[in-house]
Amino acid sequence: MYDSPNSEAKIGQKAIKISANKVQVYYGDTHAIKDVDVQIEDKTVTAFIGPSGCGKSTFLRCLNRMNDTIDICRVEGEILLDGEDIYDKRVDPVQLRAKVGMVFQKPNPFPKSIYDNIAYGPRIHGLARSKADLDDIVEKSLRRGAIWNEVKDRLHAPGTGLSGGQQQRLCIARAIATEPEVLLMDEPCSALDPIATGQVEELIDELRENFSVVIVTHSMQQAARVSQKTAFFHLGNLVEYGMTGQIFTNPNDPRTESYITGRIG
Amino acid sequence: MSASLIFLIVVALAAVGFVLGRGRAMASAGGDIRNLHSLPSYYAFNVALSALVPALILLVVWLIAQPALIENRVQSMIPQDRYADRGELSLIMSDVRRVADGLDLAVERDALTREEASSIRTEFTDVRSRLADIGVALGSDVDRTTLTAAQRYRALNATGNAIRNALVILAALAGLGLSLWKTNHEFRARNSVEKVVMALLIGAASLAILTTVGIVLSLIFNTVEFFKLYPAMDFFFGTTWSPSFGGGSELGILPLFWGTFYISLIALAVAVPIGLFAAVYLSEYASPYVRGFAKPLLEVLAGIPTIVYGLFALLTVGPLLVSVFGEQGGLGWMQGGTAVMTAGLVMGIMLIPFVSSLSDDIINSVPQSMRDGSLGLGATKSETIRQVVLPAALPGIVGAVLLAASRAIGETMIVVLGAGAAARLSLNPFDAMTTVTAKIVSQLTGDADFASPEALVAFALGMTLFVITLALNVFALWIVRTYREQYE
Ligand SMILES: Nc1ncnc2c1ncn2[C@@H]1O[C@H](COP(=O)(O)OP(=O)(O)O)[C@@H](O)[C@H]1O
Ligand SMILES: [Mg+2]
Repeated sequence: MYDSPNSEAKIGQKAIKISANKVQVYYGDTHAIKDVDVQIEDKTVTAFIGPSGCGKSTFLRCLNRMNDTIDICRVEGEILLDGEDIYDKRVDPVQLRAKVGMVFQKPNPFPKSIYDNIAYGPRIHGLARSKADLDDIVEKSLRRGAIWNEVKDRLHAPGTGLSGGQQQRLCIARAIATEPEVLLMDEPCSALDPIATGQVEELIDELRENFSVVIVTHSMQQAARVSQKTAFFHLGNLVEYGMTGQIFTNPNDPRTESYITGRIG
Repeated sequence: MSASLIFLIVVALAAVGFVLGRGRAMASAGGDIRNLHSLPSYYAFNVALSALVPALILLVVWLIAQPALIENRVQSMIPQDRYADRGELSLIMSDVRRVADGLDLAVERDALTREEASSIRTEFTDVRSRLADIGVALGSDVDRTTLTAAQRYRALNATGNAIRNALVILAALAGLGLSLWKTNHEFRARNSVEKVVMALLIGAASLAILTTVGIVLSLIFNTVEFFKLYPAMDFFFGTTWSPSFGGGSELGILPLFWGTFYISLIALAVAVPIGLFAAVYLSEYASPYVRGFAKPLLEVLAGIPTIVYGLFALLTVGPLLVSVFGEQGGLGWMQGGTAVMTAGLVMGIMLIPFVSSLSDDIINSVPQSMRDGSLGLGATKSETIRQVVLPAALPGIVGAVLLAASRAIGETMIVVLGAGAAARLSLNPFDAMTTVTAKIVSQLTGDADFASPEALVAFALGMTLFVITLALNVFALWIVRTYREQYE
């Protein structure tokens, strides 16, 4: 399901949402990300692929400063969100994470009701003026998370009682509810069965209309299906970054080709 | 031969069996361990355990049963007219045992020959002075019945021991022989050792359970005795506690119960917030370095004996409170250092490490993915803790608090030293009061007659306390379960 070359060309002209320059990440003495430059476009799905341990998650977590929560992690270089350095002293990482939402590998609904899971972000950030307003946000988010029909009759049942695929869509809806501008997803389908994976992929494709989505995946088919741009990481380096179609059909770097044809893994 | 010597012999037989079993297994496999069903050491252990376990079980059962049986036989020799009740009988019996022991000692020291010891008569020998010569002091002259009973006691013991020794060694030999005979390369020694190990584990578990059952039964038995002497209604609903060993005591549990409740309440009011906050700091904010020394330090606090806390209450906290709330402080609420407040505060301090250590474990067991999820939505650390981590940890924390409550209710030394001994129904936290546990101690210490309601009431108090803490623990479990169902 590649986009046609035509539409890719159009996407290529979209505004730059995140721009990373010479990013280095260290875990203690381990140099996990080396000199990565990448421009992530608005209203585009960007896929990070690469063998496991190559630093995809690490780089993704740099984009909303989730690495701050790891004591030994150190980030160098520059990451601009809409032209502003997110590692600047004046930037509040908490505020940043409201703008750059994150969905994790394993669905992690809070031990609260479905409603409270979605309302969590809006309540914290004071996005709702009234109860009705909040109800509205919850419904809208669940609809955009493509799970409204399944849960509308049990909004007050615990979110942990849903199936794995539903939980992951709940987590996506929860991230959407805070109205982020960028949505980061770290292998969001790795714990899901094929049907749930299909539903989540469909959802990601719809999300592209409003957000810039960055998705880490170890499934190349998935990258090919949902993304417009793909970045290939290898041993902490960004080896190749370009149009998804081009990366998968005509890669420039021999390492990319080996990975895609299954020789590195 | 003494029991310990028999024990050593059985162990030695087992060791021999170990070597023989191994050798026989190897021989039957033609020296090649690949032909064996199990590793050679399993055959060795199988033979050793077969020799050891049945013999030792027999020995232990015998050691428990023999004295009871002999006691019974000898008791029946004492004429009915010599004693009025069980108490007197048991006095006579203890005399008999002393004489028997004295005779044993005399034989050992060559003051008497074996024959003399079993044949001397009070008519011809002054047993008391002869025993005194070798250092066994008797309270009164030995009369004829006592001496013959003692001699009978010795005779029975001697035959009993001889039969025991023979049977135990026979059992060890039989086990050894049988298992050696079964040992060959096809025998599944591994599985049979596995079974013995399981039996040992089951034995350990049932011993623990049986002991508990025994304790409860003895509590129940004595409680029933108490309620035969004292009406249950007066006990449970009486508002006065004034035992007097002369009779006419009023034994109402309510004042004691109120004291227990009040002190525990103050203790929990101190321990729960402080302990919980300490746990949150330790598990969420403290650097690994701080955590590395603060946590063990808190746990050391948990290891301080409660009597030390009691001294702290008596010598430091009590006087301090009096200087603030007493006459000098101008408030005049507090008459003396011992008060509900004193004991409650100190007990609270004692419970802080208990609450914080348990809560810390529970908070740590909340998966990191919960925190990540919340932080990833732009929540701050304290929002994450308040709204995600603590609710997720709540059932466990409630459990920890209820366990702390159980401990507060059962605490004794701090109460004895910090709260005083006056049973009183009062709302003033600066009054001296006392608790159920402290009164159990004071009812049983001193020279109380164990058949009087004033002493037996201790068992009823203990039983009540036991039921309450049990209910509390069951309730804690129930809360943990229901919440878990909801969230997992
Ligand atoms: N919390 C951490 N502490 C130390 N090293 C880490 C940590 N997380 C990841 N790493 C290391 O960083 C490298 C990149 O890991 P990661 O970003 O998780 O890879 P990927 O997501 O591509 O599989 C790996 O070598 C990994 O061992
Ligand atoms: Mg990863």
